[in-house]
Amino acid sequence: MNAVDASLPAGAPARPAAEPLLRVRGLTKHFPVRTGFRSRGLVRAVDGLDFDVRPGETLGLVGESGCGKTTTGRMLVRLLEPTAGSIEFAGRDITHARRGALRPLRQDLQIIFQDPYASLNPRHTVGRIVAMPLQVNHIDPPGGIKKRVQELLELVGLNPEHYNRYPHEFSGGQRQRIGIARALALRPKLIVADEPVSALDVSIQAQVVNLLRDLQRDLDLAFVFIAHDLAVVRHFCQRVAVMYLGKIVEIGDRADIYERPQHPYTKALLSAIPDVTTLAPAGRIRLTGDVPTPLDPPSGCRFRTRCWKAQDICATDEPALTPRGGGQATACHFPEPVNPSPEGPPAGTSPEMEAGRAP
Amino acid sequence: MTDTAVPAPRRETGPYLRVEELRVSFDTADGVVRAVDGVSFTVAQGRTLGIVGESGSGKSVTSLAIMGLHDPRRTRISGRILLGGRDLVGLSEEGMRRLRGRDLSMIFQDPLSALHPYYPVGRQIAEAYRVHSPGAGRREARARAVDMLGRVGIPQPGRRFDQYPHEFSGGMRQRAMIAMALVNDPDLVIADEPTTALDVTVQAQILDLLADLQSEFHSAIILITHDLGVVAQVADDVLVMYGGRAVERGSVAQVLRRPQHPYTWGLLSSVPSLHGDADADLLPIPGNPPSLINLPPGCAFHPRCRYAGRNGTRSSTEVPELRQVVERGHLVACHLPEAERQRIHQTEIAGQGVAR
Repeated sequence: MNAVDASLPAGAPARPAAEPLLRVRGLTKHFPVRTGFRSRGLVRAVDGLDFDVRPGETLGLVGESGCGKTTTGRMLVRLLEPTAGSIEFAGRDITHARRGALRPLRQDLQIIFQDPYASLNPRHTVGRIVAMPLQVNHIDPPGGIKKRVQELLELVGLNPEHYNRYPHEFSGGQRQRIGIARALALRPKLIVADEPVSALDVSIQAQVVNLLRDLQRDLDLAFVFIAHDLAVVRHFCQRVAVMYLGKIVEIGDRADIYERPQHPYTKALLSAIPDVTTLAPAGRIRLTGDVPTPLDPPSGCRFRTRCWKAQDICATDEPALTPRGGGQATACHFPEPVNPSPEGPPAGTSPEMEAGRAP
Repeated sequence: MTDTAVPAPRRETGPYLRVEELRVSFDTADGVVRAVDGVSFTVAQGRTLGIVGESGSGKSVTSLAIMGLHDPRRTRISGRILLGGRDLVGLSEEGMRRLRGRDLSMIFQDPLSALHPYYPVGRQIAEAYRVHSPGAGRREARARAVDMLGRVGIPQPGRRFDQYPHEFSGGMRQRAMIAMALVNDPDLVIADEPTTALDVTVQAQILDLLADLQSEFHSAIILITHDLGVVAQVADDVLVMYGGRAVERGSVAQVLRRPQHPYTWGLLSSVPSLHGDADADLLPIPGNPPSLINLPPGCAFHPRCRYAGRNGTRSSTEVPELRQVVERGHLVACHLPEAERQRIHQTEIAGQGVAR
């Protein structure tokens, strides 16, 4: 680490030097699969993730279904127990923290769920839903809980008068706002947002994306934003991690991922998105086949079965997440060439790549 | 020197499907839901019509009305649905059943709930074939189903024939659905959000497949979706629906490149894009889609429209008609005077968001 820091040229691009708020190393989740009493092996849903989230930073986790992004989000807020690896939040290891030890941390670490219909108790009023985190943590805000709840409702663009209404009286977008108000109740530092806008209509989706952006800026929140929609992620996240079959295949700043993708999968994913700006079929990269089952992922590079660049080495050696300069890292044996940086060795290596390089 | 081997145009000329003033309403305990309120459009063979709208805009109800899948005891349908010259409105269930699957068929959004979990996939496709080909034996139907599975790009179709829906992945199931919809070579295919449940890389495969099959079978396709990107890629014509009514209709270039209705402007500027300034705020449409029981008077969009007040109270009292604007075939239902609409589009809209 020191060596890397020392190699940084003086006055290197001002990367926020702050300690990461969330530090994830080797995070793994395997689900056993059984038929009857016989074990049929493991679903390797998440297999060794390394990433950091700094205070106030937004990290997007993108990938197709089954890539493990939701499992990752659920492990981060400890709704699922990791199989291996570590999660450090604000300097404390919370990987296996017990309920009691977690409770104070929960205040800083909240989640917004995908389905605005299933994540709100239909028998509780909105006031009660939003007040619940305060009550559970025995917090008595100045002016009383009701006042705080009404402030929160106003903050997310709902009418504070609707305090006594029930979830069914609200539309999908409004319900998602209720979920956001609940997540904000404890003034968290990090919010894990699991597909927060994918269940909403486009016009409503834009409203909620804008709301989240405003909140993120005003309250200096860090986000782990899980989504399959790369266009939404581009509008919300500063950094993006692309996942495939339980692994991060590429991570980097927004501009790197969207303008200079180096992993073939990232390229294919970007080219597959139908864009309104291009009429008629665009020159997309056609990926053949489906994502393989995580029950029996391909050897070596997991993307090789659908990759047009795959060679023999891809089947035998698993590519490590290797830094390519400028904070971008790619796990590929044949990454897309980048413009050679004039400074020589890549600067701004972030610690997670150090871990990625380890065998 | 004319080549006489060119196949004669099928049946008569003119659009294969012509929907005129279609109205669909349901009686519910809360009141009458006017799900579709006077929608007209045409689709010719070999062409794709994209119907765009948010949930509750009436796009799925329209497609179910064409398929005759509404419960006649609860639904009131008026207007005309002319399929190759026959009016489907008021057709008996028996008559409809003879057409469904053979002349028109549907690809549903969720293949897992549209395929029967108890029967092998191939058998379901073969059954769809035998219903409309009474002379076909078991073996012939099987051969036909295997052939279709192969054509939609399912590897080892002979083996896949005997597998159950749960043994297929999401993309494979959607391919099987498409095979089933096309097994009788229908002239009209309605695809209701065919790729919404799929991942983008698989969506790209399915959209390519639909385009390939269309050029092969020359069918008319109605593609219902909320995704403007999908429409931009595959549709020839676009119909934008709001609150059960058509608000804009035209070719894909007219509607997506030179949109004239404020709702279409709003849709286009609220879609996040892969190009342009990522830090710019999206421009959402304020408010929520209307309730179909209590549609706002006048133009249904006026409570959410930025330009509604520009001509007195007309927007809130009078329902705008779908009228042709500058270009031929481009229809817009808006009270804004044409010159003003053009000016707003030029000065305020064209530079924003993806409408660029």
